[in-house]
Amino acid sequence: MSEMQQVPGTGMPILSTKGLTKQFGGLVAVSDVSLDLYVGEVHVVIGPNGAGKSTLTNLLSGDLPPTSGEVIFEGRDIAGCSSDHISRLGIGRSYQKTNIFLPFTVFENCRLAAQSRTPHALRVFNRARAYTGINRQAEEAMAAAGLTHRAERIAATLSHGEQRQLEIAMCLATQPRILLLDEPLAGMGPHESQRMVELIKGLTQDHAIMLIEHDMDAVFALAHRLTVMVNGEVLESGTPEAVRSSPAVQLAYLGGEELLHD
Amino acid sequence: MNSRLTNILPFLVAGLLALFPLVESTFYMQLLTKVLIMAIFAMSLDLLVGYTGLVSFGHAAYFGLAGYAIALMAPKYETISLWWSLPAAIGVCALFALITGTLVLRTRGIYFIMVTLAFSQMLFFIFHDTKIGGGSDGIYLYAKPSMNFGDVQLLNLEKLENFYWLVLVLTVAVYLLLHRVLGSTFGRALLGIKVNEHRMRALGFPVFRYQLASFTLSGALAGMAGYLAAAQYGFVNPEILSWHQSGAVLMMVILGGMGTLYGSVIGAFAFVLLQEVLSNQAWFGPSAKHWQLAMGIFIMLVALYLPQGLAGLSQRFGRKPVAEAADE
Repeated sequence: MSEMQQVPGTGMPILSTKGLTKQFGGLVAVSDVSLDLYVGEVHVVIGPNGAGKSTLTNLLSGDLPPTSGEVIFEGRDIAGCSSDHISRLGIGRSYQKTNIFLPFTVFENCRLAAQSRTPHALRVFNRARAYTGINRQAEEAMAAAGLTHRAERIAATLSHGEQRQLEIAMCLATQPRILLLDEPLAGMGPHESQRMVELIKGLTQDHAIMLIEHDMDAVFALAHRLTVMVNGEVLESGTPEAVRSSPAVQLAYLGGEELLHD
Repeated sequence: MNSRLTNILPFLVAGLLALFPLVESTFYMQLLTKVLIMAIFAMSLDLLVGYTGLVSFGHAAYFGLAGYAIALMAPKYETISLWWSLPAAIGVCALFALITGTLVLRTRGIYFIMVTLAFSQMLFFIFHDTKIGGGSDGIYLYAKPSMNFGDVQLLNLEKLENFYWLVLVLTVAVYLLLHRVLGSTFGRALLGIKVNEHRMRALGFPVFRYQLASFTLSGALAGMAGYLAAAQYGFVNPEILSWHQSGAVLMMVILGGMGTLYGSVIGAFAFVLLQEVLSNQAWFGPSAKHWQLAMGIFIMLVALYLPQGLAGLSQRFGRKPVAEAADE
């Protein structure tokens, strides 16, 4: 199965963008980007700072409305939908800058995330902790991200790496089918990075993942598909091997020989 | 403080307050009634400021609107039934909050403060400059509301202690209601919105709907307080809608400690009693006229040394922070 999905272009993409563009005044941050995400695949987007990777994520997650272009999710154009709507469709994201509920416990962070999926959310007389379904979902997400032993810690007191893990755990607690991960390894030590890579690997089978990352070891350990962005545009897109050997990429971004050493 | 003590403490305080009319005089009973009404008002605002992260500077609009509602609904020299007039006044405020909420919740921060203020000022001038509510003179309410069951009078509210007890029961009811609501999934979502609205949206919460529900409930409860205040004093005038009133209740919430609920009750006590003491001419002579100066200094000291308000004092003795306290 994995053999099949490692070949780009097979099966139906769960999400694809067509000519996605975002302009801020005169600046074109994302220009005519078309890419596909498949369940069971990690699609890594790399590029220098300012290439428009985070803006691209914001367009997909609904944090920003695109200027033009389409975002097709299961046959429907969802471009310009609000972020809460997109989240409820099953598209979860993590942020480059840790974005969690600092004064809450780790469990409460995940519980709140899981709660967003229940139709009982607007009930006012229930007991928040009495929903075993929500609690279990939160606990599973904590376990998946390796945070069970930190459940009752206040999020603000966690280490940077643990906060990054919590960011992922919250995303998982919403049980998304697509994960948009914006530099999950940023600021992590080698040991923590290794764990995060293993975590993402474990999630690949059931999810379509778009990963933005600078850490090249992680990129090549995870990528089934690789897209290189420069100045808001897609420079090259394809299998990691094809992109790695592309002269344009080596010239523009990867600095030639450095990348060829594994 | 262990959690069992904190759970029974509100009832202990309420029980002691219930006994108050047995030992005290008319004046202090009236003063305490006022304190409790302001406590309801302050708790309603704390729901917005302390739990939803929305600083409203126009909360007097709902307080005053309910006061005018009872005054306008009541027949001139006769009593009005509490059974329908209280829900009606609260309903009017809830509806007004729902309508204004859909507009003001499109703004945030300083703009939210300005727009809520603008709405309350609009209401102020409608009642001040038109004949609807008797202009700047206001309207007199010649009788307290009645609580009859058929032809039988259940409680004669003309008696001070009966009115006091009614207000006390409603204060406890509002406290318990809000405590329950804030511990629910809805309440947790509000806290989440206060802490990190952006993240809540990314998690799939329809933030606007939650805020609007909170805004409406808050306006409705402020209406309950306004109804009781109008009934207590027997008249309403545009002053109860003024921005001074919105400022005073905001100060009670801040003084007591935002986001603690019981802090709002403490804040109402502190503010009203302090105002009473500082403006007492027998004690302070001519400077009593300038009580606001002393009050200002007091509030500054609290803001400087007790940033979590007077409720922060109890946290020094081991009370849990807000997010966890909601579990109790």
